[in-house]
Amino acid sequence: MRVPLSWLGEFVDLAPGTTPEDVHAALVSVGLEEEDIHRFEVSGPIVVGEVLEFAGEEQTNGKTINWCQVRVAPDGELAADGGPAVHGIICGAHNFAVGDKVVVTLPGASLPGPFPIAARKTYGHVSDGMIASARELGLGDEHDGILLLKNLGIDAPVGADAIALLGLDDSAVEINVTPDRGYAFSIRGVAREYSHATGVPFRDPALALTVVAPVTRFPVTIDDQAPIRGRSGSSVFVTRVVRGVDPTRPTPAWMIARLGLVGIRSISLVVDVTNYVMFELGQPLHGYDLDKLSGGIIVRRATAGEKFTTLDAVTRTLSVEDLLITDESGPIGLAGVMGGASTEISSKTVNVLVEAANFDPVSIARSARRHKLPSEASKRFERGVDPRVAAVAAARVVQLLVDLAGGVADDLGSVYDTTTAPLPIVLPTGFVSGLIGLNYTGDEVRDALVEIGAALHDVGGVLHATPPTWRPDLTDKWTLAEEVARIVGYDRIPSVLPVAPPGRGLTRTQMLRRTVAQTLAATGHTEVLTYPFVSERANNLFGVAVTATAVSAGAADADASAASVAPVAVPQMKIVNPLDGEAPFLRTSMLPGLLQIAHRNRSRGLVDLAMYEQGLVFRPEAGVTYGSAVLPAGGERPSAQVEAALNAGIVPQPLMVGVVLVGNDVRHQPGLPAAPTGWQSALAAVQQVALATGVRIGVRQGVHPAMHPGRTAELFVTVPGAATAVARAVSVGFAGELLPAVADDFDLPAVVAVAEINLGLVFAQADGDLTVTPIRTMPAATQDLSLVVAAFVPAAALRAAVAEGAGDLLESIELVDDYRGAGVEPGQKSLTFALRFRGEERTLTAAEASAARLAGVALAAERFGATLRE
Amino acid sequence: MSVSSVPPEPITPSDPAESEPAEPLISEAAVNTAVDAALAAIAAAATTAALKLVRSEHAGESSPLSKLNALMRNVPGNQKAAAGKLVGQARGAVTKALTAREDEIGTAEAAARLLAETVDVTAAASAWKAGARHPISLLSERAADVFVAMGWEVAEGPELESEWFNFDGLNFDEDHPARAMQDTFFVEPTDAHLVLRTQTSPVQLRALLSRELPVYVVAPGRVFRTDELDATHTPVFHQIEGIAIDKGLTMANLRGTLDHFVKALFGPGAKVRLRPNYFPFTEPSAELDVWHPTFKDGARWIEWGGCGMVHANVLRSAGIDPDVYSGFAFGVGVERAVMFRNDVKDMHDMVEGDIRFSQQYGMTV
Repeated sequence: MRVPLSWLGEFVDLAPGTTPEDVHAALVSVGLEEEDIHRFEVSGPIVVGEVLEFAGEEQTNGKTINWCQVRVAPDGELAADGGPAVHGIICGAHNFAVGDKVVVTLPGASLPGPFPIAARKTYGHVSDGMIASARELGLGDEHDGILLLKNLGIDAPVGADAIALLGLDDSAVEINVTPDRGYAFSIRGVAREYSHATGVPFRDPALALTVVAPVTRFPVTIDDQAPIRGRSGSSVFVTRVVRGVDPTRPTPAWMIARLGLVGIRSISLVVDVTNYVMFELGQPLHGYDLDKLSGGIIVRRATAGEKFTTLDAVTRTLSVEDLLITDESGPIGLAGVMGGASTEISSKTVNVLVEAANFDPVSIARSARRHKLPSEASKRFERGVDPRVAAVAAARVVQLLVDLAGGVADDLGSVYDTTTAPLPIVLPTGFVSGLIGLNYTGDEVRDALVEIGAALHDVGGVLHATPPTWRPDLTDKWTLAEEVARIVGYDRIPSVLPVAPPGRGLTRTQMLRRTVAQTLAATGHTEVLTYPFVSERANNLFGVAVTATAVSAGAADADASAASVAPVAVPQMKIVNPLDGEAPFLRTSMLPGLLQIAHRNRSRGLVDLAMYEQGLVFRPEAGVTYGSAVLPAGGERPSAQVEAALNAGIVPQPLMVGVVLVGNDVRHQPGLPAAPTGWQSALAAVQQVALATGVRIGVRQGVHPAMHPGRTAELFVTVPGAATAVARAVSVGFAGELLPAVADDFDLPAVVAVAEINLGLVFAQADGDLTVTPIRTMPAATQDLSLVVAAFVPAAALRAAVAEGAGDLLESIELVDDYRGAGVEPGQKSLTFALRFRGEERTLTAAEASAARLAGVALAAERFGATLRE
Repeated sequence: MSVSSVPPEPITPSDPAESEPAEPLISEAAVNTAVDAALAAIAAAATTAALKLVRSEHAGESSPLSKLNALMRNVPGNQKAAAGKLVGQARGAVTKALTAREDEIGTAEAAARLLAETVDVTAAASAWKAGARHPISLLSERAADVFVAMGWEVAEGPELESEWFNFDGLNFDEDHPARAMQDTFFVEPTDAHLVLRTQTSPVQLRALLSRELPVYVVAPGRVFRTDELDATHTPVFHQIEGIAIDKGLTMANLRGTLDHFVKALFGPGAKVRLRPNYFPFTEPSAELDVWHPTFKDGARWIEWGGCGMVHANVLRSAGIDPDVYSGFAFGVGVERAVMFRNDVKDMHDMVEGDIRFSQQYGMTV
């Protein structure tokens, strides 16, 4: 809402020199937030001039321009720019005659643009200034010639300051009006708030008018057969008639200037007056050409499929919820939203029917949204218009049409009003102080409520407050408490720190989440935050579960495995109104976003990248219907079943961490060769997560459609006590290298190492229920062990077999070498482990250690055909 | 150089009465000559290798002193003690000198070796790379910690949320202008009433429904609005929401909590201003401004979030009697805090994932 200061000053006294900034500061203290300041950007000597003579001079381009002599100061005086009283000015317009008063911008003036005016040589003359059009002055769109003051009904002396004359010295403050305060969409409402803020008296324009009831009834019928949520579409409908309006009368300059400042273009005097009164009093108004109306007005709901052509020449198919203004010819207006062309005010209209109605906020809001037609009127109706101001606003329009347009107020009209007075609200003694935490006196409470326009009654010692009609938002004692706190001032509220009961600190999950993030960062990964919006294709590629390959199948069959994991349609959620049409789906994996960001970094010259992100992914399950078709009402607790149904309708959103590595893990440095990243680095990141959570993350060969067929690990956690082998090893994600083709799709180099882990599944195993193994302090016996096995046997499986076979004396087993080549059969490999044995209470003998080692070998032989390599 | 500070007695034949004093078998002069030669050689040795040669030459089995020592068996009995002392002291002196010189050379050689190992400490290579946290995460955690320290707990909720939790239960009527104003991302099908939460406030409701009263929780999280990315807006951003419901909580308690919060987060000079505003889920409602003397662009009020007393209808949505319990809630923007705290001028830097942004923060905010 924009508020011209001159207009505001009609209803409250503004101290001389009050600036827009002062007004903003005052209004913000009562909750009307500052947005902007609007001014006419004109300055300098701009004066009333009189055309003394002019001569048309034809130019080589065929155009005729006028060389004018314009008096810009009384005879014998200097002009406002210090020049002579008569200026020679070139003018391209032809809509004027000798003797016309015009607006002359003299050298030194500046017009919106900014467009500085100077004497300049043109068409063979020195043009000493410019004769301005309305548009050039910022007074609307009129540019079909220069502005003639007589067309605005103005006759001012030559040399007079045109800036003040036209109201161009005014400025407006723009404020943000919150949805609860529709009344602040009027100068009346803002002036009242300014009074609250500053204490200066408020003169209510609604009380300044005498409302005369019409004598002859204009037929109006409210026939709402389908009220929305039980409320009639129209509760107030006032009509008044003005006859004999002179359609040639101009809109006065001050009105054009004020409308311009509030953002409304001047159209015609009658339309301008209805807009002007809407801004002044907050009541949307509509003017009909009375002579084009057929019979009386009927307000009704549209029928299914009914058509109506609005003023903007768009034919709209209506909904049965749309409220229509109709006459015998059919629809003439979409109530509270936009009128129709058939009864529109035109340049020939002499008899006007003014409509001032109050429409149901919900009905108007839905219609405006349905037809995408937000308007100044619908904006006000949606927030609630003072039902008592309709008749006043109609009277104000009549008054202005009589005063400005030469019309005559007719006694034809109507007043329909089914509204009832607001009900009083009981405000228990001490309630406001108790809620706010400040001991207000009884007078402070009463004064504040009276100031906002409430009527107070003492009922048995308890305050009953009846809110004013323009405050439909005041509905209970809490809303009244806010008014008291607001009027007395929020700055009076003291600061008292409450004492919460003892808390339990962060949950284990919350702590683990932080530890994972800290650990990855501490080990060289940079945290980024990506948008969760991706393409369907990216989801189909990455949102697929990894599959473990059976040991017996082995890497030899990798081709067959890769073929079996071609992209499939992954269940995913689509955004109805995405910002980026290319990425309307919610991510099912962290990786597409990270890969996109990896590309962005590389395009900026950052080629070595190790990045991670923790966040939620959205993983609907196939065949499940999510959400709730019917929502329970707000304001009451849903039943346990309804609450459970709401929660069951939420799409699973597991917490994930994604890691992407590109380029070198370690760049080339003095004495240190570059270490290119790869699948091992991705697995190292996984092990950091495992360390951070204290949960062992197992690794086995896997396949995934986005991943390198031979360099992909399936990650799993072990669930002790689960019934089946599958349930015991729960898949939690994958790590390895991307398929080079996928990397290429993201404009990344061939080797991109990635990992993605479902942290929720990992955290589930981090129960903190650790039993510590006592530390053995006897001397250790260390032995190496080299085993030859088939090349496809996973090292981890062999290691596990050795460890299991070696038993309790084996304290540690680490893989130290993987050898293939001379001395080892093709298709075989030799894996060397470093073993450390230790006894519990005494030093082991070499024989004991060797026996344990051989037991390990035996189990490895049994499971994988491993043989000792001597 | 003398062998000892006490001049030794002259060594004479074992029985001076039997014969004329004759040249003794082990003459003092011979011993002194050998010692002087040894000491000179020791002093002249410059390296461990050279000293090793000197040792063999002057203290080895065929050295002059060893040869003199070999004569001991021929020295008459009455002169043995004196001769033994003479030779013993001489050998001791040479050994001592050898040891001393050995230490000296060893120390010098070690020092030279270390000097030769000198590196340019400003050119150290590192196999460790620098990682970093994102300041949005770090500041969210820090903010949560301030509340955890007061006994509050941290709560969470889904990002794809039911409209009931995001709107209806929070007193956003289906037709309320505030609901249309919220630039909400909806997902298909729309009649499933699922939205990307526009605020962290649904977590308030979830906390009230799932916890025993009193409730004091804070909920950091990611929220979504259909704003195009520009210098000051991003469609995906972060909030920290707080809610406290107890008997007798007041708006003064809200101010007290916020005062403590901003001081803990921004420093002791920070303060809070409340301005009247409107939110469907609070009544009274306030805009929350924060002021700090050392903000990068100078001390000033900065709009930071919204707050107020939890609306009676929100309490009712959770089955709580608003005439028995009251409470307050607040929500602030994390991106905005990072912007005014660290003078971040452009939202793009925060959301584009350029690693140089996070790396300016490292592991702390």
